[in-house]
Amino acid sequence: MKINELREHLCAQYPDLCPLFSIEFGDGVLLVECGQLLGAASDLRDLGFDRLGMVTAVDRGETFEMVYRLTSRSMSAGIFLKCEVPRDNPVIQSLTSLWPAANWHEREVYDMFGIEFEGHPDMRRILLPPEWEGYPLRKDYEDERIIHRPDYI
Amino acid sequence: MNASSIDRITSDAGEVDAVTLKITERTKKIATDGTPVDELVVNVGPSHPSTHGVCRVITHVDGEIVTKAEPVIGYLHRGVEKIAENRTYLQVVPLTDRLDYVGSMYTNWAYSRSVERLAGIRVPERAEYLRVITCEMQRMASHMMSLGSTSGDSGATTAFIYSFDIRERVIEFFEDLCGSRLTYNYVRPGGVSMEVPDGWFDDILAWLPIARQSLSELDRLFFGNHIARGRLKGIGVLSAEDAVSWGASGPVARGSGVNWDLRKHDTYSVYPRFDFDVPIGSNGDAYDRARCRLFEVYESMRIIEQAIEQIEPGPIKADGIPRLIAPRPGDAYDHIESARGSLGVYLVSDGSPRPYRMKVRSPAFCNLALLPMLAEGHTLSDLVIVLGSLDPVFGEVDR
Amino acid sequence: MTGYVGGLVFGLSGGMVIALAALFGVWWERKVAGRIQMRLGPTEIGPAGVFQALADTIKLLLKEDITPRQADKKLFRVAPFLVFTPIAMSLVVIPFANGWAPLDTSVGMLFYLAVPAVSVIGILIAGFSSGNTYATLGGIRGAAQMISYELPRTLSVLAIAILAGTLAPVEVMARYEWWWFPVSLLGFIVFFISSVAELNRAPFNIPEADSELVAGYFADYSGIRWAIFMMSEYGGIVATSYFGAAIFLGGSQGIGGVLGVLLIFLKAILLITVIIWVGWTFPRFRSDQLLTLAWKVLTPMALVQIVIVGVIIPWL
Repeated sequence: MKINELREHLCAQYPDLCPLFSIEFGDGVLLVECGQLLGAASDLRDLGFDRLGMVTAVDRGETFEMVYRLTSRSMSAGIFLKCEVPRDNPVIQSLTSLWPAANWHEREVYDMFGIEFEGHPDMRRILLPPEWEGYPLRKDYEDERIIHRPDYI
Repeated sequence: MNASSIDRITSDAGEVDAVTLKITERTKKIATDGTPVDELVVNVGPSHPSTHGVCRVITHVDGEIVTKAEPVIGYLHRGVEKIAENRTYLQVVPLTDRLDYVGSMYTNWAYSRSVERLAGIRVPERAEYLRVITCEMQRMASHMMSLGSTSGDSGATTAFIYSFDIRERVIEFFEDLCGSRLTYNYVRPGGVSMEVPDGWFDDILAWLPIARQSLSELDRLFFGNHIARGRLKGIGVLSAEDAVSWGASGPVARGSGVNWDLRKHDTYSVYPRFDFDVPIGSNGDAYDRARCRLFEVYESMRIIEQAIEQIEPGPIKADGIPRLIAPRPGDAYDHIESARGSLGVYLVSDGSPRPYRMKVRSPAFCNLALLPMLAEGHTLSDLVIVLGSLDPVFGEVDR
Repeated sequence: MTGYVGGLVFGLSGGMVIALAALFGVWWERKVAGRIQMRLGPTEIGPAGVFQALADTIKLLLKEDITPRQADKKLFRVAPFLVFTPIAMSLVVIPFANGWAPLDTSVGMLFYLAVPAVSVIGILIAGFSSGNTYATLGGIRGAAQMISYELPRTLSVLAIAILAGTLAPVEVMARYEWWWFPVSLLGFIVFFISSVAELNRAPFNIPEADSELVAGYFADYSGIRWAIFMMSEYGGIVATSYFGAAIFLGGSQGIGGVLGVLLIFLKAILLITVIIWVGWTFPRFRSDQLLTLAWKVLTPMALVQIVIVGVIIPWL
């Protein structure tokens, strides 16, 4: 499905989500407030985005940008659902109630970024050992084993 | 790391000395009908013949029946996503080899597609064909590994050797092509690294009929066996709804009847030009998943034949790609159908020559999350079959 | 006194025979398995690699004999011998030549069926004393399996005992007639399958199940004690094949001398090869499938065999 058709479809079904929709590198992006995340995700699921592809986060300095990739089999399309979590209070709703697939993905985000998911059944580290300190994928994570390469390479 | 993980399980079963853990740790549990169940905790892995790498499954068994199976992953975590933030876009390509080490071509390609989308690089047609040919051969090799280990897990050693015979030939072709047998570093942003050697295509075309023959031999040897069918049928049944909601993809989803193959349904590269089918299972058990893989190998052979027929001379690399690719700020995601499912790479650029963030959407990671659900209620012998039927590659799961 | 000396000499030479049989069995298995799998098998040591097994044995003898810390030390050390001894003892009633067995007793068949069954205790002890969950599960599996397969195996041999009217293997061989083979075919199949299961060979190697339980009841053994488990396995294969060849296939068929020895040897080799062939080709059963096979298929088959023989006997 072409991206413009997707936008029209989305706007026809959920007019309130329409202004939040944008297009970046050929992919649809829906940027919502974190409070609305569960509602928007549920709307998108009803729209036909029935698979949660991945959950990840990007360290944007003051905030963490949560990135959810949803795909639809019926429309052969994918969409990004994004929201900004404040760095000083990184708590967000869990999507495990909508998709059980979110379980391990959210654990990984917790492991790497320290973002807590409310309503997650099993909030533990997944890839790193439980006693690991710090959250490695944050940009301010320090470890003497990280070698910072010079800029000219 | 090992010792600490042992602490983690002892913490819910009371204080037990780690040395005597294996024999003494038993948990009292009340079954649904009110009778107490004496459970034994078997620690399968991380070093075990059938965990396909370094997976540890803390298995609670009541006699032979698995009541709870909890995978513990991360033993192969190398922090590739963190390392990538410190490398230029081209330097990340060899890192992606080490993710899915059974199918390096896929991670190369998925990453290259993301970079190309981010930097707006157009790939020459010959390079796209070469990518399709190598990746379909990679699918053959990867599925042969999976089928071989399924038969190995169920005890059929000869079927294991037969499937590795086919895989070995594919890997020899790759060796001729790019010099490596496992980590190819072949597909790169903008094209592929090397032109094919003389006569390479002819050798493949001459070999494919032989491979078909050995494949049907393997089919009869393993799937024609009464015991093998008895071991695989009805084991680890995954419903189509669960497959979708758990984000399963690849043969794991298709074995459950979910008709979803990115090559066909969200098509990319030159795949629309080929005539091929997507094998779909119906029962969602280990048998259907294995059969899907077997038939996909036949389909891959069809695609390779068509691609070799259609390929035309031309450049194999896009023109004018700088050594330091510095895309404009933004983020892009692109995915391909790997042997394990939809493999995606999400890249965030801040305008510098290094990725600001790289995230690999690993199909094996999503598929492995199904293990506790699928293994529960089966015997310990079936646990390894279920694990094998999910075909996890731990380089990709742990990243 | 001479009885004790004779017994000692006899026992030692019996041990040598088993060791040689195991060496030969290992070499033969690796050769046959190699051919099945498009390989050559051992080629380096001796002609056609025939001394490979000997070299492996020397290596195993030199290896450290490890007793795990959590093991029950005494039982752990004694368990391999408890497995080995009954199987070694069972060889004593096998007729290796026409009219000759090391111990020609009138209850030879009963002896052969009963004595190796004792090794299940050794397996159970090995599993439990290792102090390892894999080994424990393997030991329990082994006990369940061997007890289940004891019944069809015993019943299947009964048919031949009825036909021959004796329990002495040497006598059976002397009285064997060619039409016994078709009449007792069903019993032979039951005997063969349940013997493979009794020996814990693939596809019935559930107690050791290398892909699930790593090596099952002998997962924690190393060096010479591990080699003793292997020796009892191969000794068991040789004993079973010779016994099957003697009882069901007519053994030396009344031909005396070297030719008779050779004939029964060839029949036994045929059975050994089939055991190896099946083992390397078939996947493993699951434990519940294994028990289903024993109780729902093989036991009724053995009973049917007895009925067939019982119907035929009055017509003779």
